[in-house]
Amino acid sequence: MGETTQMAASEDDILSRAEAWTREGRKVAVATVIETWGSAPRPVGSHLVIDDEGNFLGSVSGGCVEGAVVTDALDVIATGKPRTLSFGVADETAWNAGLSCGGQIRIYVEPVT
Amino acid sequence: MKLSVLAALNAERAARRTAVLVTELASGRQRLVKAADFDADPLADALAAQVASRKSGVVAVGGNDYFLSVAVPPVKAVAIGAVHISQALAPMARLAGIDLTIVDPRTAFASKSRFPDVTVLAEWPDVALPRIGLDGHSALIALTHDPKIDDPAIAAGLSAGCFYVGALGSRKTHARRVERLAAAGFGEADIARIRAPVGLDIGAVSPAEIAVSILAEIIAAQHKKPARPVAA
Repeated sequence: MGETTQMAASEDDILSRAEAWTREGRKVAVATVIETWGSAPRPVGSHLVIDDEGNFLGSVSGGCVEGAVVTDALDVIATGKPRTLSFGVADETAWNAGLSCGGQIRIYVEPVT
Repeated sequence: MKLSVLAALNAERAARRTAVLVTELASGRQRLVKAADFDADPLADALAAQVASRKSGVVAVGGNDYFLSVAVPPVKAVAIGAVHISQALAPMARLAGIDLTIVDPRTAFASKSRFPDVTVLAEWPDVALPRIGLDGHSALIALTHDPKIDDPAIAAGLSAGCFYVGALGSRKTHARRVERLAAAGFGEADIARIRAPVGLDIGAVSPAEIAVSILAEIIAAQHKKPARPVAA
């Protein structure tokens, strides 16, 4: 495996990194797309792996809601309790994260323990 | 997710075995079910349906929602010919999550230095392909321009029911290939499954561009069924 593979980060690589990061002593959370409705940027089963310093790998929305997921993941790492997040259309009048493509996604965020 | 469960899941993925991670969403309770244990599992029917679709998803059973995260082996592709196009195709296929093997009996072509990051077998297709094990989740791409090497591989790909069989060559080259395959006993329907000229028509010229067009055609065949009407 070369640098290219690490940069590319297929779903397999992402879960392998989650394991490697945990073994290095980092605290890690795994976010997974569990349901999508309508036009969604990433398919069910896509992962985002987050460590306790906010480093992340992979994607659950191609960039639209990763910021919000990372924030929640840090909370999940701190509390040790999994949670489910839902995102819909971005509300331009509020500072909420959302999907500009009009779809809806549900994301399960869990700590690696 | 317990680290032990994550490690076991990664081990199944690395060994290219099918497994499903079952998460009860309300409680967070989790278990990894390996292929051998599907039938005995309380969610056996749901597991079978989800694995058949190769997709992860939420199922409701007995008033509980479960997320079934499906790990299936990656799609296998075999390129016949350790040629310039294959050199471009190898890193692209890896990025797309396709497990590519290159087969070429000509050892000058099939050298490790030309293909540092991909499995290259310096063997005839008749020897290499049975070992690789082509099936309905495999793609076969014949790129040598040499009928002695390409034809047996194409025949093997058709017989194994590969979801994609592509062959490089002009229309004239392909017409002669069709005659040989027909003489070897392949019917019209089988022969019509060969994508030739290989790759989507994007006006590709360079080896890298041709590799893009081939990879795009494989992806289309994988996700859109039927991939495209049989062209004349």
